[in-house]
Amino acid sequence: MTNPIHNPSNDLFGEDEVTIEATLNGRPLRRRVKARQHLADFLRQEMELTGTHLGCEHGICGACTVLIDGRTARGCLTLAAQISGKTVDTIEGLAESGKLAGLQAEFIARNAAQCAFCSSGMLLTAYELLSSGETSSRAEIREFISGNMCRCTGYHAIVDAVEAAIALQGKS
Amino acid sequence: MSADAASGIGARIPRRELKRLLSGHGRYIDDIKLPRMLHACFVRSPHPHARLVALEVAAAKRAPGVAAVFTAADINPRCEPFVGVALHRPGHRSAPQHLMAAERAVWQGQPVAIVVAESRAEAEDAAELLTAEWQPLPAVGDQLQAIAPGAPVIHAELGDNVAFDFSLEKGEPVKAFADADIVIEEELRFERQMAMTLETRGLIADYNPGDGSLTVMHAHQSPFQMQEIFSRHLRIPEHKVRVIAPDIGGGFGMKLNVYSDEIATVVASMLLGRPVKFCVDRLESFVSDAQARDHRIKCRIALKRTGEIRAMELDDIGAVGAYGMPMRFNVAEGMMAITMAGAPYVFENYKGRTRSVYVNKNLIGMYRGVGMPFACIVGELLTDLAADALGIDTVEFKRRNYWPKSSLPCVTPGGQRLETVSFHECLEKLVRLVSYEALRKEQAELRKRGIYRGIGIATFCEQTAYGPPYYGPSGASISTQDGCTLRLEPSGSVRCITSLTDQGQGTLTSVAQIVAEAVGVSIDQVSVLGGDSAISPYGGGAWASRGTAIGGEAALRAGAMLRKNILALASTLTQTPADALTITESQVINTRTRQAVISLAEIGRIGYFRQDTLPRDFDVQLSVSASFAANDKMYYMANGVQASYVEVDCDTGFISMLGHWAVDDCGRLVNPLLVEEQVRGGIVQGIGAVLFEECLYSEDANLLNGTMADYLVPMAGEMPDIVVEHVETPEASTRLGAKGIGEGGLIGAMGSAWVAVNDALKPLGAKIRHQPFTPERVLDALARARGR
Repeated sequence: MTNPIHNPSNDLFGEDEVTIEATLNGRPLRRRVKARQHLADFLRQEMELTGTHLGCEHGICGACTVLIDGRTARGCLTLAAQISGKTVDTIEGLAESGKLAGLQAEFIARNAAQCAFCSSGMLLTAYELLSSGETSSRAEIREFISGNMCRCTGYHAIVDAVEAAIALQGKS
Repeated sequence: MSADAASGIGARIPRRELKRLLSGHGRYIDDIKLPRMLHACFVRSPHPHARLVALEVAAAKRAPGVAAVFTAADINPRCEPFVGVALHRPGHRSAPQHLMAAERAVWQGQPVAIVVAESRAEAEDAAELLTAEWQPLPAVGDQLQAIAPGAPVIHAELGDNVAFDFSLEKGEPVKAFADADIVIEEELRFERQMAMTLETRGLIADYNPGDGSLTVMHAHQSPFQMQEIFSRHLRIPEHKVRVIAPDIGGGFGMKLNVYSDEIATVVASMLLGRPVKFCVDRLESFVSDAQARDHRIKCRIALKRTGEIRAMELDDIGAVGAYGMPMRFNVAEGMMAITMAGAPYVFENYKGRTRSVYVNKNLIGMYRGVGMPFACIVGELLTDLAADALGIDTVEFKRRNYWPKSSLPCVTPGGQRLETVSFHECLEKLVRLVSYEALRKEQAELRKRGIYRGIGIATFCEQTAYGPPYYGPSGASISTQDGCTLRLEPSGSVRCITSLTDQGQGTLTSVAQIVAEAVGVSIDQVSVLGGDSAISPYGGGAWASRGTAIGGEAALRAGAMLRKNILALASTLTQTPADALTITESQVINTRTRQAVISLAEIGRIGYFRQDTLPRDFDVQLSVSASFAANDKMYYMANGVQASYVEVDCDTGFISMLGHWAVDDCGRLVNPLLVEEQVRGGIVQGIGAVLFEECLYSEDANLLNGTMADYLVPMAGEMPDIVVEHVETPEASTRLGAKGIGEGGLIGAMGSAWVAVNDALKPLGAKIRHQPFTPERVLDALARARGR
């Protein structure tokens, strides 16, 4: 619904804009952004990168997960203005670069997604775990992805997929 | 039929859309932009029950970017009101529901005004400027309060708050209870729940004033249902209405219901002559999505000392919100509870009553499982208690009291027709799967050390794929058929257009498998398009676990037709009798010589571009359509058995799920991988229902936990690994033999989690009967037991 603290007379909540300079999916980005626009809206509406989804817009569901300087962050709790000077990676960039290929293959092989609305966030969270280079138990994997809600799969296949991707990474 | 083992019926193929969706290339409703598109936002009643004294919209209309602000006065006259009443349920009644609250709001969240602007942000800004003056009225949120003398009556014209009161009786239940050796009686309570699809509801309504046509892109499970509704209620000729379902982020029944805000969005598009997008914000989903459950059930069972069940009785009362749900009604949960309870067990005497009661909450609607989990829980809890009273193990009790295979087909006292169910096979497979004896030993050992674990086993029936006898008499224009068009493309590949929709289940993948096998091509040669009411044969879409069973049967029949037509053309071209030809891997094969005689690509080339080389009267038909409905079938009855292994921490009240096992029989397995994922997903939703999920309301019906931070859903960390196995008893009345699988996981898991937790508490003398089993309720249950 609507924001109860919004006061249209206050420019901070209105059309104030700031300039950001960042790296988005490996490419430099310089842009005027609305001061009040959150990162997920900016990516979806301004950059037309609609692979980042919005499930709750209050930081719970994890659908809007992106990577900021290599760490997962909630796109809905980050203002677009906050990415200045930072590197942002979304599902589109990571998929295109091939960095997610291993995870995507393991997810798909097990049907570890149904509606797939959570998948962008889930894959990026799993990617962060993989990037740590650590091996993880099933319980640790479950804990690590517990900030990403999936309403369809039952999680079991997702845990299988992440486990397999970690094992594969260990071999290579 | 030439089976292609790699990709045909029975193959384990992941949902084919996943490659696209897992690289960020999905196109869900909120990803879509149309030229001149506006964005809508709703102003809703903050009160569960209140008179709207004044509504000031002028400031909102002047706000930047605003195209229009519409209220009930603008919107309601454009739409025939809804009366969500099933004609075949005598006594069922509802007040007419208009799209917007005009003088009075009857639930917190009822739409009052729609603001349409150039952007969603501007629409929300403007909505803040709209001022409403409300005079709160006494509200009622609980079903027992709502039927108590002197309760506020929500719809004065109805006289009281009772929407529906239905009883059924079979045999001589009163006598059976009076004569019984053992009678066990329980009262159960189920709180309200959300379906909580990760993608919220949404649509883009695009009314074209040039030709009076309406195209709606709609995150909905049944485009044809909505085509009919938009046509009838907004008075647009049906052939000018087209409803298209894009990628959808989960449905679970919730996106099957009829929503006043969605239809008001269409009206706004008609009034403005521009496309209007409305995507529900998560916070407003809590007060506008159809909710589920909210029932209280009294139940009892009567037994002989020798162990036979003599009778069962159920008295259910549900709080269904402020109106009857249009088209889908909201008496179904209670009806399923009382008609399906105890269905796996032999007994003769039965009495059931269900009442639906109006309260000042948003509408109850369809959600996965509908009332079937209640039936499962009641049956399994009562029979577990009966087994305890008789001093026998629950598995032994089940073995003795399930309908024996020799009794099938039969009709249960609740009226359920059982034909190809497999309770015994499922149970024996499950007992082996969980190493039941060993698990019981482990449980007993741990109890000596003060660790309280519970084992729960639940048997369920799942009505799937309703046929015309189910919805037809209700008066609702709901299609229980589905259809499929197949077109051989000139290059020899096959395009399939189905009336089904897919919210993630993978149904369209199953359809592709069926088509591939029926025609004789690999699945790579088949594309499937669903969810467009303008282009496929008429059909129901996705609900009631029906897609593969009904739409798959239509696809199988269409595939056989296309194959026949291809072979007729091949026969003419190769001068070979058609019955000596078959199709494998896109090649027409002479079955005697085993030689390929012509490819489907060549068939396509000649069939579309060189008809001049064919005999003058040869009728080339390389596009075919088939529809299927099971005219005489109420449903296909699927079944299964599940086991939960839980641990209760008696100090904190926390419940840990240690393991879960399921054996499901959904008839012929078209795609076991997708079936297993359906089952697992359903199980997790079922566990969520039993342990976490609850819409908390104040006594005067204010929602207290309307955020995802406060409404708990299962996350990966709390869920166990889930083992799924199958028993495969094909539906006998169709060629495909598939039954549904969409809801069984949830139904069985709710049943097994209920009885597992109660099994864990049993040695402490405690019992828990109020869902969800929160730590507080567990500790209360333990305290009550200690106080006894």
